[in-house]
Amino acid sequence: MSSFIDFFTNLFNGLFSVKRNVKLGFYGPPNGGKTTLANRICKDWTGEELGKVSKIPHETREVQAKEKVEIKFNNKKAVFKIIDTPGIATKIDYEDFLPYGLSIKEAKKRAKEATKGVIEAIKWLDDMDAVIVVLDSTKNPYTQVNITIIGNLVARKIPVLIAANKTDLRGANVKKIEAAFPEYDVVGLSAKAGHNMEEFYSKLFELIKKKGGRK
Amino acid sequence: MAKGITLQFVPYGEIAYLSSFQRVKRLIDLAAEDKILLVQGKLAPEEEADLIQETMKKIKSSSRFKGIELASFVPKTKNLPLAQSIKENLARALLGSDRDVFTIIGPATIVREIKKDPTKLQLLLRK
Repeated sequence: MSSFIDFFTNLFNGLFSVKRNVKLGFYGPPNGGKTTLANRICKDWTGEELGKVSKIPHETREVQAKEKVEIKFNNKKAVFKIIDTPGIATKIDYEDFLPYGLSIKEAKKRAKEATKGVIEAIKWLDDMDAVIVVLDSTKNPYTQVNITIIGNLVARKIPVLIAANKTDLRGANVKKIEAAFPEYDVVGLSAKAGHNMEEFYSKLFELIKKKGGRK
Repeated sequence: MAKGITLQFVPYGEIAYLSSFQRVKRLIDLAAEDKILLVQGKLAPEEEADLIQETMKKIKSSSRFKGIELASFVPKTKNLPLAQSIKENLARALLGSDRDVFTIIGPATIVREIKKDPTKLQLLLRK
């Protein structure tokens, strides 16, 4: 009799259990749309955004997080800690910020903060339960930064979902990102326009069931 | 006088027996001397992450160093005739799997971009 009850208890827990405090990181190169996607999710489920977005690279220079973001999708439910990280780059030159109208002093300050942000983002890798790698689908995906980020997640056995963002822009090419990373799930979306978020949430729940980095 | 660009070959044996930290430090120090490095082999993913972190520290501490451009190139060995495929695998087994992989590291003050696709690498230099 007790095994009969256990069977139904386990079945019930399996169907309706809530994953709690899943630490979901947003990683990628600068200006891929990490904060825009994190904002979209936070706005959808808590009504509040997480961080400021800008056209100037390295707008996010500190790790920012939102606790207790409860997402319900297709009878599934999970509570996330959404962690938005600074863009990872191999070079930072203050002169690259000057065309955006920053003064030399402001640009140098931004560059200094951005270098700290990259270091911080890498340090946080070990704390993640799952990661969304956010790439700009209008850009060439074959960059060493993308390969290094994904390689490090796989080495740490952290499940990865690639968000091919900015599909609302001309020149977006999700197939190219799929071809570059055939071993990983890729979802094309526009975080800004809110396109294809249903598929994103569906893949997100598949992601948190995984234990390793690959498909 | 015309200014030259130094391309330095870093053989596998020169860095293979260094600790991860020393290996990363050596590569950054060389790149900071305005040399483009052609490194035999490939860093582990964790070492690549360390390389990026150390690069950021170096940018913070130097007024001249702006970072690096980095790319690894794995020669395509798929679709080879069977005999050649066996030879390739044998060579890999004898020499280590990463010996035929190359990594290019260039200072960002000289190398503007490394364009990479599955069959080629292009180094775009600054004027």
